[in-house]
Amino acid sequence: MRTLAGVEDEEKWLAEGIAGIQHNAFFMHRALDANNLREVLKYSALMLSELRTSKLSPQKYYDLYMRAFDQLRQLEIFFKDESRHGLPVVDLYELVQHAGNILPRMYLLCTVGSVYIKSKQAPSKDVLKDLVEMCRGVQHPIRGLFLRSYLAQVSRDKLPEIGSDYEGDANTVIDAVEFVLQNFTEMNKLWVRIQHQGPGTVREKQEKERNELRDLVGKNLHVLGQIEGVDLEMYKETVLPRVLEQVVNCKDKLAQYYLMECIIQVFPDEYHLQTLEALLAACTQLMPTVDTKIVLTQLMDRLSNYAASSPDVLHEFLQVEAFAKLSNAIGKVIDTQLEMPIVGAMTLFVSLLTFTLRVHPDRLDYVDQVLGACVVKLSSVPKLEDARAMKQVVALLSAPLEKYSDIVTALTLSNYPRVMDHLDDGTNKVMAMLIIQSIMKNDSCISTADKVEVLFELIKGLIKDLDGTNVEELDEEDFQEEQNSVARLIHMLDNEEPEEMLKIIYVVRKHLMTGGPQRLPFTVPPLVFSAVRLVRQLEAQGGDIAGEDVPATLRKIFQILNQTIEALSSVPCPELALRLYLQCAEAASDCDLEPVAYEFFTQAFILYEEEIADSKAQVTAIHLIVGTLQRINVFGVENRDTLTHKATGYSARLLKKPDQCRAVYACSHLFWVDDPEGIKDGERVLLCLRRALRIANAAQQMVNATRGSSGPVTLFVEILNKYLYFFEKGNPHITPSDIQSLIELINTEMLSDNGNTTIHSDPFFSSTLRYIRFQKQKGGLMGEKYDLIKL
Amino acid sequence: MNFLLGAFKPACNISITFTDGKNRKQVPIKKDNGQIVMNPLFQSQETIAGKIHIDPYQGKKVEHNGVKVELLGQIEMYFDRGNFYDFTSLVRELDVPGEIYERKTYPFEFSSVEMPYETYNGVNVRLKYVLKVTVTRGYAGSIVEYQDFVVRNYVPPPPINNSIKMEVGIEDCLHIEFEYNKSKYHLKDVILGKIYFLLVRIKIKNMDLEIRRRESTGAGANTHVETETLAKFELMDGAPVRGESIPVRVFLSPYDLTPTHTNINNKFSVKYYLNLVLVDEEDRRYFKQQEITLYRLKEEAS
Repeated sequence: MRTLAGVEDEEKWLAEGIAGIQHNAFFMHRALDANNLREVLKYSALMLSELRTSKLSPQKYYDLYMRAFDQLRQLEIFFKDESRHGLPVVDLYELVQHAGNILPRMYLLCTVGSVYIKSKQAPSKDVLKDLVEMCRGVQHPIRGLFLRSYLAQVSRDKLPEIGSDYEGDANTVIDAVEFVLQNFTEMNKLWVRIQHQGPGTVREKQEKERNELRDLVGKNLHVLGQIEGVDLEMYKETVLPRVLEQVVNCKDKLAQYYLMECIIQVFPDEYHLQTLEALLAACTQLMPTVDTKIVLTQLMDRLSNYAASSPDVLHEFLQVEAFAKLSNAIGKVIDTQLEMPIVGAMTLFVSLLTFTLRVHPDRLDYVDQVLGACVVKLSSVPKLEDARAMKQVVALLSAPLEKYSDIVTALTLSNYPRVMDHLDDGTNKVMAMLIIQSIMKNDSCISTADKVEVLFELIKGLIKDLDGTNVEELDEEDFQEEQNSVARLIHMLDNEEPEEMLKIIYVVRKHLMTGGPQRLPFTVPPLVFSAVRLVRQLEAQGGDIAGEDVPATLRKIFQILNQTIEALSSVPCPELALRLYLQCAEAASDCDLEPVAYEFFTQAFILYEEEIADSKAQVTAIHLIVGTLQRINVFGVENRDTLTHKATGYSARLLKKPDQCRAVYACSHLFWVDDPEGIKDGERVLLCLRRALRIANAAQQMVNATRGSSGPVTLFVEILNKYLYFFEKGNPHITPSDIQSLIELINTEMLSDNGNTTIHSDPFFSSTLRYIRFQKQKGGLMGEKYDLIKL
Repeated sequence: MNFLLGAFKPACNISITFTDGKNRKQVPIKKDNGQIVMNPLFQSQETIAGKIHIDPYQGKKVEHNGVKVELLGQIEMYFDRGNFYDFTSLVRELDVPGEIYERKTYPFEFSSVEMPYETYNGVNVRLKYVLKVTVTRGYAGSIVEYQDFVVRNYVPPPPINNSIKMEVGIEDCLHIEFEYNKSKYHLKDVILGKIYFLLVRIKIKNMDLEIRRRESTGAGANTHVETETLAKFELMDGAPVRGESIPVRVFLSPYDLTPTHTNINNKFSVKYYLNLVLVDEEDRRYFKQQEITLYRLKEEAS
């Protein structure tokens, strides 16, 4: 037997073999030229004896074989011409069998056999049967494989297939199939046997060699696939069962894998579809080490492509219940192949799902079924840790998202969330993000509370801290991005029907409230705005909905809002809460719900008083309060007074003088709402402005005292602008003389000041003056008014 | 066609011709010196007839005490070379004592000669038929001329011809079952069969079918047995696995076989065996020998 001798040795042996072939071929050719049959047989047998070597690797042996093969073509031509050798082909057929060594004998027999068939002196099926039977004598795997592949090759064009010359009478396509099947079976046996030869140490090398030889075996399946006249019936009844029998029985990993692959590739899709059961049954019987999942995946890919190729074939899939069969088979494979890593099972499920989505896009129950099976599998193993398996699960879950661009569909899959439960937290989040992204991309609107419920169940990884999450590990940026996504998602939840929308809001709120302090600042605002939008919607159609219901609904919403915002206190995040209260107050005001609006304001004020300590934040808050309050027109005089009073009070108590000043003059707007029904209390406006002036003055003095230079001229100019505004609006308490004196005051201030500040405050002031001049020149009603101001 | 025997120069030339000599089939026979000569072929119960020509050399006369022709069936044992056991001896007197001056022709005829044994050329034994012409002379020694001829006897196909089927093996090592389609084959027959491998635990390299001839001569304590392998036909290349069945198809025509001879005139027997040989990778041989009977079937129109 071949040893592990070096490559050079092999080269040498090959060279010797080739030399032997050439040497004998030379004499054979001489005999051919002389038409000397005896000599021809003698030297051809000698030549073929070179193929008896055991020293060569398959590759080298192939080289040798090809050289002999070329010579055999010459020989065949000679055999064909009876006038040259003078023997009837039937005698020749016997004569070559006198050769003492089996290998040369069989090569010669095959060669003559092909001539015999061609001569049609005997039924091709008999000759083929004889040849394939006699080849059994060569049991050496490599020599046998090559011999049989020679047989396959010389017989390829002589099979009695439909439409061929050799078909008819007793020779039917069945015989052709039988022949190829038998040759295939024997070749496969030989091929499988290679592994049992030689010591275990060369196993790897053997595997490699076997791989090199596999196409010799697979060629038979190709031929089977090409034989004309193998119809579905025959394929189903004969071809496939026989091939599968061989595949299953050979109990060899390499062969099973390769041959299943071949079967799937070689035969037409529709045949696969019609024989799915058998094919799948075979899959479940393969060796546990066979990568069944790839085989099944390929099958499903092919079938999905087939389904995609034409809508006409889809009914066939239904007819054969392709899905049920595949699903069953996969279940079995997963059950039986215990060693299969979880990632393998997941890959299978992904394939099956892909198949389902392509073939039965309308059968959500199938999709759900696949996911269900997946859940079962996942439940049977400890927590997923394999990253690749995780990836597959993500792919599994993403597939329906991609297919049904409408996430809503996925939400009806009851097993979907259960699969997600098996992901680790990180992956769960990734998946949740994918879901959200899918919703965003497709701009799909989730419009019922039930779906929202399911959706939030799905993305709960983002909504709340799951058990065992290590908070410290969280990446701040990622977290923000996630929460922003959730926030965006909330805006996608929408329903025209207020009632349903309200339910949605309830559901969302329920989930968001579990999010904990870190999430709330992200998630509460969109919820609040969503609710506010509903409020406005209700308000807009207020007339349509009759009865007491509407206010009741509204009240309910505001209650929720109130509670929701309250939740922020736990964060704490007073600034945000304050803003939201104000938003709500405004909304309430628009709905004419004075008490509600008042309540919100109260909340806002309380927050201001109790929570907002930072002076900068206070400033911002004051301005927000003032701005909102100014716009709200729902309050009665008393409430309004209370609130404005509070607001002005807060303003005056700000820490920095400039801030005080600005807040106070902003408060002036509270008393002058520029619309027909608005409050117009010119006196209190003036009071505010004066107060602002005083504060500005004080501020300047303070600055002068501490730094020796003053900035707050700007404040004066700003106040001047307020004066001008109210003057223009026709506040009777703002007189031109007031403005004039203020301008003078500013001028004085500036003069008393150093050059620096002058330059600093100049542009604002001068442009204000320029505005006054402009108004004067413009004339008209306003011009007349301005004319009263003397510069 | 006719050869002169004898190294010394005889006084006359004797030649023997057969009546149908031109049409009779000739078969090659290997002689002692390795030469191959063609001899006419007869079978038992045939009439052997012809003419004998005695042709004195020019100007010579041959005096004789009589001329006779004998038909002898002889067995020659090689360890007892030169000694012939005649199992058949027929004599025809052709002439009374007298003188021959010129070419003289004698017709002769042995009608329906019983020739039970076939011509056989073995390792240690030879069975031959010969026509011996003797011109008996008193003082100068008789002049003898021989003409060999070949006898082949044809038999009809045996009425009972069972197949040979047998399971053999070495425990836990190798079990095979072989089957040859017949136990009696004619000389141009084909052995068909199958070898089933029931158990293979050894690494078989190849399997051959040998055709062996066992020639035993002598009797009793002097029995001498010689076995020759006439054919070695490779049935299988490589190692089979359990359940494999290997076809056997051996054409007998290319080999130089004779029918089986059993106890010919108490002198010798020739038996044939099929020897199935398995060779393993260490070149150890495992074999099983089965006797087959060979017979000569009348060839049609040849």
